[in-house]
Parts: sequence; C-alpha cells; structure tokens
Amino acid sequence: MDKIPDNRAWWLVLPVFLLVAFSALIPLMTVVNYSVQDIFGPGQAYYVGTEWFKEVLADERLQDSLIRQFVFSGFVLLIQIPLGIGVALMMPKSGIKGSLCLILIAIPLLIPWNVVGTIWQIFARGDIGLFGWGINQLGIDYNYTGDTLDAWLTVLLMDVWHWTPLVALLCYSGLRAIPEAFYQAAEIDRASKWAVFRYIQLPRLKSVLIIAVLLRFMDSFMIYIEPFVLTGGGPGSSTTFLSQTLTTMAIGQFDLGRAAAFSLIYFLIVLLISWLFFTAITHADKEK
Amino acid sequence: MAEIQLKALAHSYSDRPTGPDDYAIRQLDHVWHKGGAYALLGPSGCGKSTMLNIISGLIQPSEGEVLFDGKRVNELSPRDRNIAQVFQFPVIYDSMTVYENLAFPLKNNKVPASRIKARVQEIAEVLEIEDKLYKKARNLTADEKQKVSMGRGLVREDVSAILFDEPLTVIDPQLKWKLRRKLKQIHEQFDITMVYVTHDQLEASTFADRIAVMYDGQVVQFGTPTELFEAPNHTFVGYFIGSPGMNIVEVERCSDGVCFGATVLPLDSWQVDILKRMTSGNLKIGIRPEFIEISPIASDDTYEANVRDIEDLGTYKIVTVQLGAQELKVRQGEEFEASIDSPVHLSFPKQWLMLYVDEFLVQEQQ
Amino acid sequence: MRQTRSKNVGITLFILLLLTPVYWLLNMSFKTNQEILGGLTLWPQTFTFDNYAVIFTDPSWYNGYLNSMLYVSINVVITLSVALPAAYAFSRYKFLGDKHLFFWLLSNRMAPPAVFLLPFFQLYSSIGLFDTHIAVALAHCLFNVPLAVWILEGFMKGVPREYDEMAYIDGYSFPRFFIKVFLPMIRSGIGVTAFFAFMFSWVELLLARTLTSVDAQPIGAIMTRTIGASGIDWGVLAAAGVLTIVPGLLVIWFVRNHVAKGFALGRV
Repeated sequence: MDKIPDNRAWWLVLPVFLLVAFSALIPLMTVVNYSVQDIFGPGQAYYVGTEWFKEVLADERLQDSLIRQFVFSGFVLLIQIPLGIGVALMMPKSGIKGSLCLILIAIPLLIPWNVVGTIWQIFARGDIGLFGWGINQLGIDYNYTGDTLDAWLTVLLMDVWHWTPLVALLCYSGLRAIPEAFYQAAEIDRASKWAVFRYIQLPRLKSVLIIAVLLRFMDSFMIYIEPFVLTGGGPGSSTTFLSQTLTTMAIGQFDLGRAAAFSLIYFLIVLLISWLFFTAITHADKEK
Repeated sequence: MAEIQLKALAHSYSDRPTGPDDYAIRQLDHVWHKGGAYALLGPSGCGKSTMLNIISGLIQPSEGEVLFDGKRVNELSPRDRNIAQVFQFPVIYDSMTVYENLAFPLKNNKVPASRIKARVQEIAEVLEIEDKLYKKARNLTADEKQKVSMGRGLVREDVSAILFDEPLTVIDPQLKWKLRRKLKQIHEQFDITMVYVTHDQLEASTFADRIAVMYDGQVVQFGTPTELFEAPNHTFVGYFIGSPGMNIVEVERCSDGVCFGATVLPLDSWQVDILKRMTSGNLKIGIRPEFIEISPIASDDTYEANVRDIEDLGTYKIVTVQLGAQELKVRQGEEFEASIDSPVHLSFPKQWLMLYVDEFLVQEQQ
Repeated sequence: MRQTRSKNVGITLFILLLLTPVYWLLNMSFKTNQEILGGLTLWPQTFTFDNYAVIFTDPSWYNGYLNSMLYVSINVVITLSVALPAAYAFSRYKFLGDKHLFFWLLSNRMAPPAVFLLPFFQLYSSIGLFDTHIAVALAHCLFNVPLAVWILEGFMKGVPREYDEMAYIDGYSFPRFFIKVFLPMIRSGIGVTAFFAFMFSWVELLLARTLTSVDAQPIGAIMTRTIGASGIDWGVLAAAGVLTIVPGLLVIWFVRNHVAKGFALGRV
C-alpha cells in the first residue's frame, strides 16, 4: 500500500508516544543522571563524570557475569532455534488437531515466570521431583543445588522447556503461510524431503526466524526470575546472570551510581547485538 | 509417454456424498491417447482442474480407476507416476536462479550433469529466457516467472504426460499468442502426451488436435475443433463454442416435426421416429448463426422474421432477428443492410439444424 | 505436506514431555504435605482439595490473583486503546519521523527490565502511584505497547485502503468508520494482540513485584514469599501455581480461533 504523507497522523500516534515516553524516557534520564554521580544519601551526590563507567568495565565480577550470560544465550539459541523449527515441522497443518496442538504447546508460555522457576525447583529435586528422582534412579549423580554443571544444565533445560514453544509457534505461523501449490510442485518435481525443507520451507521461514532469534537472544540476555527462583544464582555465583547482578547492585546494595552505569552499558550491549544480528541476517539475505 | 485411461471415474469432495450435486466429476470414461495434444475445455467449476489433479495424483478419486498404459495407478503418488504439471500461477523456487529452477526436476531424477546443462539450455531457448538463466528467480516479472514454471514442466524428457492447468492466465495477451504457438511447437518437436486445461475456446482450438468439452462433471464431447463446431454433441457445446454461440430454442412435438409458438419446423423422418420413441419433454433445436440463411424473397421454406438489431464487427455483422416470440442471431457479411423492424426471410438448411433431446444431440444411426 | 505417522508420534511425544512438569505440579497440588515429603508417588494416594481450599479462603492468597487479574486487564485495555490508532497511522500514513518513531518503539522491547527497576520505583513513588494496580499496568505498557503496535500494523496492512475510501464516500466519519467498519475486519489481529498483551503482563514478575507491596501485590510475589516457619508449604504452593495457569488457558481458549486465523495469515 502506498502511504499518504500526512503529518496530522501524529494525533493518532500521540497517545502511544506520550505513554512510552513517560515509561521509558523519564526513567532513562534518571538512570543517565545517576550514572554520572556518586550518591551517598538523599541530597548528597557528587558529579563524578565517567568514573563509574570505567569502574564497571573493569569490574571482574561483572565481567564474569557477562561471560556467563553470553554462554547461556549462545546455548539457548543453539538448542531452541533448531528444536523449535523441528517441532513446527511436526505440527498438524489444520483442523482440530492443529488447534489442539497449538494450545497445548503454548502452555509453558502462559505460566508466570516465578511459577516456571517453582515448577522446576520441585521437578528437579531428587526427593520430591519426578525428574530429579528419575535421573538419580538411572545411576547418575544429580544435584542442581550443589553441583555447578548440574545447576547450569537444569537452568538450560528449564529455559528450553519454557521458550522453545515460542520458536515453534512462530515457525508454525511461517509454515502455514506457504501455499499448498508449492508442496504440490515439489511432489511433482520429485524433490526429497530435505530439498523441500531447504528450498521451500526454509526461505519462507527467514522472516519469522529473524524475529525468533532476536526475541530469544534479547529475552535470554535479560533473564532474571526463573533462574533466581530455581537456583538463587548458585551454587556460588555460577548461575548468576546479568540481570540478577544488576538487581542486587541496585536494590540490594543500593549502589545507585554503579548500578546506573551498569544499566546503561547493559542496555547498550543488548541494542548493539540485536542490531548486529538483524543486519547480519537481512544482509545475508540480500547478498544471495 | 503413456496412454491415460479414466475408467468409471467419479469424484466427490465431501466424505459422504448424498446426490449427484455432491460430485465434482460424475460417471466418466475417457481415454487420452499417446502423444496427443489435447485440450480440456469448460466453464469454471465444471471439474477440469479436479480431473487434472486426479490424473497427476494430487487427488485420489473417490470412485473409479486411473490407468497408465493399462496399469492401475490410483495408489501411486505424483512422483511415482512420472507426470509433469504446470499450475495456473507461477510456482517457482525463489531462492534459486532460473537455471537451478529448470535443473531441479532433472537433478532429482539423477540425470547426468552434462545432459542437464544441454536440456536446460534447450528449453530456455524455446521459451526465450536463455538470457535470464543466471538471474534469481524471485526478481523476474510475472510472465517470466510463469515461463520458468512452464519450463520446469517441459524440461523432463521421460514423462508420461505433461498437464497444463490454465497456464497462460497471468500472461499478457500478445505473449499468450506467442506462447501458445511455442507449446504447439514443443509438442510437435518432442511428441509427448499433453493435456491443456482452459476455459478459453480459442486457446483450446489453437493448441489441441482434439478437445474434450466438460460440463457439470462430465465430458460431453471429445472431438476436433471442426467436429465441435459443426456437430455439437450437447447444447452446452453448441452454446460455448463459436462467437456468438449456437442459437438454441425450446420446442415441442408437432405433426412431422417440432414447433415453437406459431413456427413449425419440419424434420426428417428418422428424427421424427426417434422423437416418437423418446418420451422426454426436454426438446431443443440448435442452429449456428453462421448457418442461418437470409434471402430477399419469401418461399415455402422460409420463415418471416423482423430485424431487431445489427452489430457491425468490421468484416462481418451479427443480426438479431425475432421469429415469433424467439430471438435468433444470424451472421452476415459486411455488405448486409436492413433497417430495424424490416422483415427478412430466414431458412434453416436441414444439415445444420440440430435436434437435442435431454440436451444431447440426436444423430442418425448409420 | 501430508501428516505422516512419524510426525504424529513425534509431536505427541514432544507434547507429553512438555506437559510432564505441569502434570507434576498438578499432582502435587492434590497431595497433602506429608505425602509429598514422605516419598515419591506418581499420583495422589490421598487425594485432597485442602490446598485449594486454603487459597480460596485465605485473602492473603486470593487477593494476589485478583490483583494480578486487575492490573493485567487494565494493561490490555490501555494497550489496545492507544495501539490501535497508532498502528492505523503507521499502516496508512507517512509522517515526519515515522520510521524513527517505529524503531524507537521497538527498541523499548529490548530494554532489560532490571535497568528500569529503580527508576520506576522512584518515579511511581514520587507521583503517589506506588503499590497501585495502575502503576503496574502502566509499567507493563513499556513493552506491551510497542509489541501491540507492531502486531496490529501487520494486520492492518492487510486491509486495502480502498475500504477506508469507500467508507468516506458512503458518508462515515472517521471514528464511526474505525469502530464500525475497520475494527471488525481486523478482529483476529485484535484477538492475537490482546492475547500477547495479556500473556506478557500476566507472566512478568520483576516490575510487578517492585512496584507493589501490599495493596496491589501480584500472586507471583505472594508465592515467592511463602516460606513459613515450618518450611515451604509445598501443597499450597503447587495449588497456587496451578491456579496461575488457569487464566492463561481460558484466554487462549477464547481467542483460539483468532490466533489460529492469525497464524494462517502468517502475521503472528
């Protein structure tokens, strides 16, 4: 559709603009304000310029947390994207079965995030949880509260359980949009299943996959509640991800200046990487 | 290349059909012979696409059999029937180049690379897209995309048959003409069974040796364009073929013939005999506008009618006349002149006056 | 592509695995605490509704649900009301700064909530909205509104402008056209958007917990505080968990046709 140039459209957009500006700009300005000040108490603040930023970037605790976060998000994408595509390919195209599948698969997405943590907290325990008990019965020594690797794997498993449905549902919508004629032509052209996936389905999934990758990266990078409820960040700080580190700093320790500087860097990292992903995928598309 | 036979074929899209209205294809027996160029002609909704999809295997018929060279293929999938089909709208693999699109069916059939290159080149030249071979398929115009789509259907050398489902729908009119000729050329060159579905009688006549006209789920006539024109087997064929179509008039039995209103049309004795034997009240006569003669003077064989309208179409004219309460169209040369409401004298040569009982043509048993 | 048996087996397996943890929660919610701590049982040996009874009779529990449902509903209403006109503008008009505005909106979706914790806390406290439902509803607009605008714009693009023009020729004023003609055409889009807005607001806890303390406390906050003297009341906790899933199921059931249609249009 050709859009008509008309600046009066701003009236329609104004409510959104004001609402989001209120919710976003004012707090952001506060954060920027704090990030350049050393605050000892109400009314006792000194301007320190970029000192906080320098400290934050050099802080080992934060660097560790950042690395942990990247590793986590990396695994999340590696597992959830192919798995989600696979699930979408298995779902029935239409009819009652299709709707039923849709609803059942969406269930993990409807659960409040703290309940997700609670479910897995219970489920993975060796004494009262089916999963924990089951793994131990198989002879494997499994304890997610005591062992770092077990904690990591459990958090990862929980996230896969929680969010793969989102990737699956997005890919399902992309697949549904493919007209039947393409499958018919491929059948007549005697294409193998792999060729059908590669030449018909995958190209058409590109746009949904961009959304899926972006969403999963961003949300996993900002994850807080689920691992917090599940492991509390432990054992030690092995499952303490960036948001938890920041929250502890800001609310727990009330270290406002440092927290503010960290917040800005955090936000910038997310924006930067999202932009990188987005550009990389859309350019790769154009080049070919 | 195969002979395709449809035996006692019927198809309904609903699970539990209750009556003839639920059937897209009704009792059908038909043979497409090897190497022929055929058209499947009919209006929208008559079942042509259904028939095509049954032949290619995209649909399994609810009743009846599909036989390739005598062997039943109902259970075989399209890939096992070795059929090529071209759809109405371009269906191309947009992530591939034109070359890769055309090569795709050949690669899937494990044709050696050298042969692939030669064949793709051949087809691209015939369709006049060889200069676009290395372009991405998604960047082409709609015409070009459809050519690629058609090319994929033509590129395989060992197919049983090639089926075309109204493939020129999205093409520009000038290009349509060119492509139709090309398809005919390809058929003569490669001698493969081709079935071409269309609702355009002109397209059907230019492409096909023989045309199957479909109406309401049945093939009502299968013949050459001339046969369809001169001896339409069904009132629908009469009406559909020709521009304008046949004049069809409802009549009743009268002494030695049929009549409508005050007009009496005498019939041959064999026709009268048949009428006596059949009890149906659904009687029609048909005569093409091309065959009604207008003479300046009255005689025993003529009927008086009044001119209602004259359409001048350049090299010929269509005259609408009124005989009794019935309007008829007559085709005349460009020199014909008459004024509105003036009387004219029509005659209906016996060999062109067709009698239809229950919509089907009554013919002399030889 | 035909649905083969192997696909059916695969998807059934996946769904079973997916629902097992939920089953486990359900299982626990019908057990007594003694049974839970006594040993592992695959289904309740002593089936009891006691845990649910606690939640339905104790205000400190059921208020959590009421609070959550209240602020989520307010959020959905606000989100839809502001997003619909904005999405319409984006889909139909070019205006000064439109692309920049769109991207800025989307970038808010990328903001880590943790970054906004403290500022939100201070902001809403300073305007006296701390511990109110409206505060949480407004805070959630930060990410729900951009999402809503984005989804709705996609659906609206699918309605040709000819319909708008036809309505004007027929004498409709803009508000009447919008409500009587346009909105019914994008019904599935609105359904899908409402679903997502509901979902993201219902499941979010960090901001909801930070901005509330007693009056508007969401159920999630109450659940995470349930550590009594005798240890965690697993049975009640499980029941509470199960009850948080129910609203989501109801919502998706009601909008299932719209979501399925939205999926079919390839717009979600």
